[in-house]
Amino acid sequence: MLRTIGVDALDDLVRVPDAIALRAPVEVTPRLSEVEIAERFRGFAERTTAGGYTSFLGAGAYRHYIPPVVGAIAMRGEFLTSYTPYQAEVSQGYLQAIYEWQSYIALLTGLDVANASVYDGATALAEAAIMAVNATGRKAMLISRAVHPNYRAVLRTYAEGLELTVDELPYGADGRTDLRSLDAALADQRYAALVVQSPNVFGAIDALPPGAAARIKATKTVVIGVVAEAMSLAALEAPAAWGAEICAGEAQSFGNAIAYGGPHVGFIAATTEHLRRIPGRLVGRSVDTEGRMAYVLTLQAREQHIRREKATSNICTNQAHCALCATVYLAALGKTGLRTCAALNVARTNELKTKVARLDGFSVRFAAPTFNEAAIRVPGPAAGVLAALERERILGGVALGRWYPELDDCILMTATELTSSADVDRLVRALSEITARAAARV
Amino acid sequence: MPLPAFDTPLIFETGQEGRANRYLPDGPALETLLPREALRDDLPLPDNSELDVVRHFTRLSQKTFGIDTAFYPLGSCTMKYNPRINDAMANLPALRDVHPFAPDHAAQGALAVMWELERALSSLFGMAAFSLNPAAGAHAELAALLIAKAYFKAKGEPQRNVVIVPDTAHGTNPASAAMVGFKVLSLKSDAHGRVDPDEMRKAAGPETAVCMMTNPNTLGLFEPRIHEVSDVVHAAGGLMYYDGANANALMGNTRPGDMGFDLMHLNLHKTFTIPHGGGGAGAGPVGVAHHLIPYLPTPVVRAFDAEGTAVDAGGWRDSTELTFALEFDRPQTIGPMRSFWSNFAHMVRALAYTYANGADGLTTVSQLAVLNANYIRASIRDVVDVPYDEINRHEFVASAQSLKRETGVRALDIAKALLDRGYHAPTVYFPLIVPECMMIEPTETESKETLDQFIAALREIVATAKSDPAQILAAPVNTAVGRIDETRAARQPDLRWRPAP
Repeated sequence: MLRTIGVDALDDLVRVPDAIALRAPVEVTPRLSEVEIAERFRGFAERTTAGGYTSFLGAGAYRHYIPPVVGAIAMRGEFLTSYTPYQAEVSQGYLQAIYEWQSYIALLTGLDVANASVYDGATALAEAAIMAVNATGRKAMLISRAVHPNYRAVLRTYAEGLELTVDELPYGADGRTDLRSLDAALADQRYAALVVQSPNVFGAIDALPPGAAARIKATKTVVIGVVAEAMSLAALEAPAAWGAEICAGEAQSFGNAIAYGGPHVGFIAATTEHLRRIPGRLVGRSVDTEGRMAYVLTLQAREQHIRREKATSNICTNQAHCALCATVYLAALGKTGLRTCAALNVARTNELKTKVARLDGFSVRFAAPTFNEAAIRVPGPAAGVLAALERERILGGVALGRWYPELDDCILMTATELTSSADVDRLVRALSEITARAAARV
Repeated sequence: MPLPAFDTPLIFETGQEGRANRYLPDGPALETLLPREALRDDLPLPDNSELDVVRHFTRLSQKTFGIDTAFYPLGSCTMKYNPRINDAMANLPALRDVHPFAPDHAAQGALAVMWELERALSSLFGMAAFSLNPAAGAHAELAALLIAKAYFKAKGEPQRNVVIVPDTAHGTNPASAAMVGFKVLSLKSDAHGRVDPDEMRKAAGPETAVCMMTNPNTLGLFEPRIHEVSDVVHAAGGLMYYDGANANALMGNTRPGDMGFDLMHLNLHKTFTIPHGGGGAGAGPVGVAHHLIPYLPTPVVRAFDAEGTAVDAGGWRDSTELTFALEFDRPQTIGPMRSFWSNFAHMVRALAYTYANGADGLTTVSQLAVLNANYIRASIRDVVDVPYDEINRHEFVASAQSLKRETGVRALDIAKALLDRGYHAPTVYFPLIVPECMMIEPTETESKETLDQFIAALREIVATAKSDPAQILAAPVNTAVGRIDETRAARQPDLRWRPAP
């Protein structure tokens, strides 16, 4: 090979000027055999003890049953090791799968179109905000405080770059967004969009009430609906039906592992009016030279590799494989499985709320109906209760004081179809023992 | 090898009532659980048996070309073999199922993976620190430019709002600049395809925020005067950003940090064997020099030794005796870039790959990537144009300009003819400065036999173009479909299935 190239040694191909030559060896891992790698990672796994706990964690990442068929299909090498399907003639299968994903998301959200995915729910919201800014020419956002705090934080990160103002609407006594000041806030037509999330960060169903969307749209403000728990779409009124023109969401719940936070899969769905402002890839159906139906990446004039600094977004790599997992999951569960799953989530969470609220000193913090998580008020600071639960091998939920100082006595507890009645009873027993011990100490 | 040509109905067009799979126990009716007005009326989705689902997606996979199918010399994308051990490690239940809000004490192993990888990358690329937060390369570019914006704001130089990019840059560079409100100044490459430090001197000034470059550049050429370019940008008060798309060319041989770069990203899905998965999920760690650490996105993984002293410098070290914590409270941070901490499953894969190679192995990786690319160039330069016919790095750019003049066959036609012959096409029409270009990147994981077969196929295509151009212009014919009417796709968008009214 060197002779063909016309050099004497491999070093002749990789030589760099002395000024930038390596001065000392790099310090990376040792080189291990595959057997040793497996042993090494078993060590990492053993130090990751969370799996030994009964978990009531949620807040944007949800534990759901994933049928083995999802992994069996998604791990096929053709899917796993393909690149973005730019060469459509040899990518018809993946393109069709993405078209099916777009269809599923459009059907679930009730909107006209959906993109091929974005990084996750929080970045979906940030990208949706950019769409609204481009649609209205306004550089301010109004967002409910009951939108997931991580999503709001990411919106603020992006807003710093885009020089957007982000204002917040409070949540009300029942855990839903307090809309009483909304009309006044929108009157001067300053905001590009109103952002609400349903179910919101407290698990509360927070769809806009009837009539609200029409009033908002009259001020030419875009309604962005956020869905951090896609499983809710199988049961709850679709975002389009309560007024969302753009839906920014997270579909990890559809067949994707929690994996310490990623990769998950964001989506953006919108009305046709916003089609050309949607970021990222879109798969469309067309025909080939023989008139056969064929799938292809389309409307690429929105994208960075064509439009460069005038693109709707800089996104290139998205979460295609996670979207594929979601598509296989949705196909396998089907309408019946999804509705059953959603119902079980609501039922187990209702059971948890009922049983925990019977304990002295505990209550359900907000009255609004919930999907699969709820804010539970505990006696004393939530952090202490959670630490005591951890000693009983229970991860009791997320301390809401982490984000809402006024809720520092509240825990967001999540129950899904994988939470059994026995799990709930264990939690209740542990909570009652912890409070009894605390009372005895006083 | 031709892919099977058969129509596969949409998943929405199959299925029947009564074919639901019983994955879950029966649940109560939703109407008994929630107020009627909160519920949707219908859910127009099909119920398919698991067998039908498996056949459906298996057929779709058979109409999809992956690295596992055959040679995939897609320039700029580093389509190397993805070792299966990486996936096995990412699927260890303890690592796969750990929740991002699990307390740090219950996630020590996951944090150790992140920390070990972050330290190894820092040493390998000469950066003070990396954040594993961004989800992909473009996302990391955005993070880096936000870091630059925050840095200049803190320094009292908010007027710095120009990003200089060479005309060979990836499209994400200018698009990322636009997302932080920076203006883009495009710098013309010199006759040798390089950035001339003297031209940079004319471009850089008091408004320069960042110069974004990659090395080797997108022509596959090494920029030997990169440190001079860095000096010019630094003297003007700007920061240097390294686009890590081409990092596979230099791992273990030279480091962006030593070239003077202050910021960089890596595409772990290119260099570190994370499967591309049809276009993601990727992973785009962002690296910074010491003075930019305070601005990194949150959270940051902190390590402490047995005495409780922070361990936050130096290269990789064994994490067994260390304890870890996620740090969120960092006053100068740009904030979080995404919902949770990283594309963690990919960090497991990247660290497994690092362990499989070690320092020497990673150095060999980049050397062999360069060898393979030069071998293809030297083996085809007598039949196609090679506009910069010199030692290249991990990829090079060929052109069909002469062939087009002679026969009417363009780079696109060659790409389609390669599909017919069982190869994936190179990247075509990028970089934008070379007409009719084909960017070829074989990677180090291909054998000489594979390269020789590809070279023979390419030479045969050129010969056929000269004897019977119509045959090449008609390609592909062995694929599931032929060339697609893209105009119709864009003019009459059909982007989803709809139920019959």
